[in-house]
Amino acid sequence: MTQDMPLLRIENLEVSAPGGMKILHGIDYTLDRGTIGALVGESGSGKTMAARSIIKLLPPGLSITGGRIMLAGEDVAAASLRRLRQVRGPVAGMVFQEPMVTLNPVMTIGTQMAEAMRLHTSLTRDEIRQRSVEMLERVQLRDPRSVLTAYPHEFSGGMRQRILLASVMMLRPKLLIADEPTTALDTLSQREVLDLMLELARDFDTAVLLITHNLGLVDRYTEHTAVLREGRVVESGSTASIVRRPANAYTKELIAAASKGDLSPPPRSGANRQLLEARGLTVSYRNRATGKEFEAVSKLDISVGEGETVAVVGGSGSGKTTLGRAMLGLVARTAGTVEFLGKEIVDDSGKANREARLACQLIFQDPYSSLDPRQRVSRIVREPLRHVPVMSDAQKDERVREVLGEVGLANFGNRYPHQLSGGQRQRVAIARALVRRPRLVVADEPVSALDMTIQAQVLDLIRKLQSQHGFACLFISHDLTAVRRVAQRVVVMQAGRIVEEGPAGRVLDAPAHDYTRALVEASPSIDPQSKAASAETARPV
Amino acid sequence: MAAYLLKRLGMSAITLSLVAVTVFVLIRLVPGDAASLMLGESATEAQLEILRQRWGLDQPLPIQFLYWVGDVLRGDLGTSTRTGQAVLPLILDRFQVSAVIVLVAMSLAVLIAIPAGLFAAWRQNSLSDFLVVTLATLLLSVPSFWLGLLMLLLFGLKLGWLPVLGYVGFNEDFLRAISFIVLPVATLALIEAGVLIRMARASAIEILRLEYVAHARAKGVSEWKVLAKHVLPNAFGPTLTLIGLLLGNLLGGIAVLETVFTLPGIGRLLVDSIYARDYPVVQGCLLLTASVFVMINLVVDLLYPVFDPRVARV
Repeated sequence: MTQDMPLLRIENLEVSAPGGMKILHGIDYTLDRGTIGALVGESGSGKTMAARSIIKLLPPGLSITGGRIMLAGEDVAAASLRRLRQVRGPVAGMVFQEPMVTLNPVMTIGTQMAEAMRLHTSLTRDEIRQRSVEMLERVQLRDPRSVLTAYPHEFSGGMRQRILLASVMMLRPKLLIADEPTTALDTLSQREVLDLMLELARDFDTAVLLITHNLGLVDRYTEHTAVLREGRVVESGSTASIVRRPANAYTKELIAAASKGDLSPPPRSGANRQLLEARGLTVSYRNRATGKEFEAVSKLDISVGEGETVAVVGGSGSGKTTLGRAMLGLVARTAGTVEFLGKEIVDDSGKANREARLACQLIFQDPYSSLDPRQRVSRIVREPLRHVPVMSDAQKDERVREVLGEVGLANFGNRYPHQLSGGQRQRVAIARALVRRPRLVVADEPVSALDMTIQAQVLDLIRKLQSQHGFACLFISHDLTAVRRVAQRVVVMQAGRIVEEGPAGRVLDAPAHDYTRALVEASPSIDPQSKAASAETARPV
Repeated sequence: MAAYLLKRLGMSAITLSLVAVTVFVLIRLVPGDAASLMLGESATEAQLEILRQRWGLDQPLPIQFLYWVGDVLRGDLGTSTRTGQAVLPLILDRFQVSAVIVLVAMSLAVLIAIPAGLFAAWRQNSLSDFLVVTLATLLLSVPSFWLGLLMLLLFGLKLGWLPVLGYVGFNEDFLRAISFIVLPVATLALIEAGVLIRMARASAIEILRLEYVAHARAKGVSEWKVLAKHVLPNAFGPTLTLIGLLLGNLLGGIAVLETVFTLPGIGRLLVDSIYARDYPVVQGCLLLTASVFVMINLVVDLLYPVFDPRVARV
């Protein structure tokens, strides 16, 4: 009988918070043996809660208050903890979002990989060790034997995620729940990890439930999809039909946000004059353990013209963030020069840089840590005006009001950051950067911490403000979808050097360098033009 | 690892030298002439001069310091001006009394606090969590002497189970010695357990939120093992630091408890010697307790890498 049943059938699932407030309002979802499905939605949609319900790993306080979860012929929603512990691992495995905190930092990789095997199998220590080595080889880690005796902090995020994948898949679960497994990784590692995950799943006949906010990934990897919003399924069906012919308005919005912008970047405003120019820029660090010099940025020439948006793209560790900071004199450079309107910026907080500092502003990646939680929005935005002596207090107040209006937060001046959503916080950060009417804004991954639809809104806002005020922008990002929306020129960085640069359209559509090509291919955006083509090639059948 | 060890050892050596200088200078800063204080007001100038010469007090301070350091390194801390006893054996003898009480009490406190703190964190916001936290807060807010007095009143006077006054050394009569330290140990253990419970609970709550705990549960690991293998080792760091600081503090000063329970510990010796202006003993006590403090922190620092492999990578 269990043979005809789907592997996973969620019926009318309800999850509630202690006060009785419902988080999930009757979710239905079905996943067949060996297939790949997705739950898509933005933060707060309940997709993670739905996924965690399957192995009853809900956060304290939340509980399943209605419905059934049939997993491999058994209602796990009604199962005891003892029974659940036999399901967790061999029947349903789970991969989490943050590889940096998913492995126990004080246990060796080998011990952690063996933990579940000792629990669920009767293999001997040596056999488990042998299996672990084989699994680590399968996820393409070099020298798996020494990996076993190493600790998590010795690996990068992408490697940790592969270790995690190996340790979960080693039990050959029937279902793999992957909760935003690659959101914390850069585009290239994202692609590698997902490709590996699906290859393993296919070989082990494991069904995969991918939880993500990224429709590009869903389009590339999954067969059917449910779109969640505010604890309800708003649309479900085959991925191809949902992505190509969305019926629901919200789904359409999500797809638009994930699409390669048919929007061409805004025309450059302002005179054709160099604003910020670096020549032979080098920043090196010394590794304290080995004493070796490491060049994060290496003899690099780059310039930003007035009113121009230049995107710096590259994987993590390519040196793009260091470049952005060195351009503003926030990181000491080892060699080379940086000039602002022909005047050199020195590595010094003294008066020499005053003009450049006043004219350049920075927007940070994480809107949750870049705003002082104890200051109200109006005070945060007003702060950069403190050193503008020619403005009266009334003028400053007026300017703050004006800028908050421009970013769409006209009535938010009295709020504290924790009372705002992620997108609203990033708008505050933008307002803070723009309040002094800078000539250049360095934006370091300004949208990568945000949901897809919010990303699109924030990027559109930056475009709009740019055409209004004509500031130039150095846009640092690993997300090519975002880059397409804002940049006129693209600079591709790898290991501290520029490997390719040119007009955005040319570099992104006809990349000349291998690394750029790899980045473009790994970038999970939906291309409405070549509909079925990409879907057919990428989807494992 | 070797680099880490050397670095910590070097830092301890520097701290100890600073401690030695400070102790020496502090004592010399006390107003009044040591010789006339010792001999009293009736002493003649000639007698004072003899004493000064004998003690090297006529030498310039840096020379005196070198003599003193030389003596200290040879294990000679001088003799008590009050009783004429050699200082080193005296303070070691007294220190032993305090150390036994403090170490036993701390071990008990840790044994109570870690499981209690973990349990409370695991059941965060439940009734049992509330009870544990309330009890811990109560314990840490009670003054030690008051709890000590209540203990004496109940077990010593009302029930008559344990002696109220005095002390017997362990080498004299083991069982009786134990009967004398039960109450001070219990008092101290309860009070320190209060702080430790709060700390263990707070760090465990932090850890329980992390995804590797969810990951362990998602593998089917039992709650007991999740707590013992994943939460405890990671949550223990801050508690270990606190244990080190508490131990250092206690070994230098349970004078109050020693007074309540009339124990001949080092805290009381220090206080008595200060009153009697017995500077060699004061100096010895300060040097000893400071060294113990430094040593304990060294041990704690060396223990970190055992619990957290990331620490060894300096």
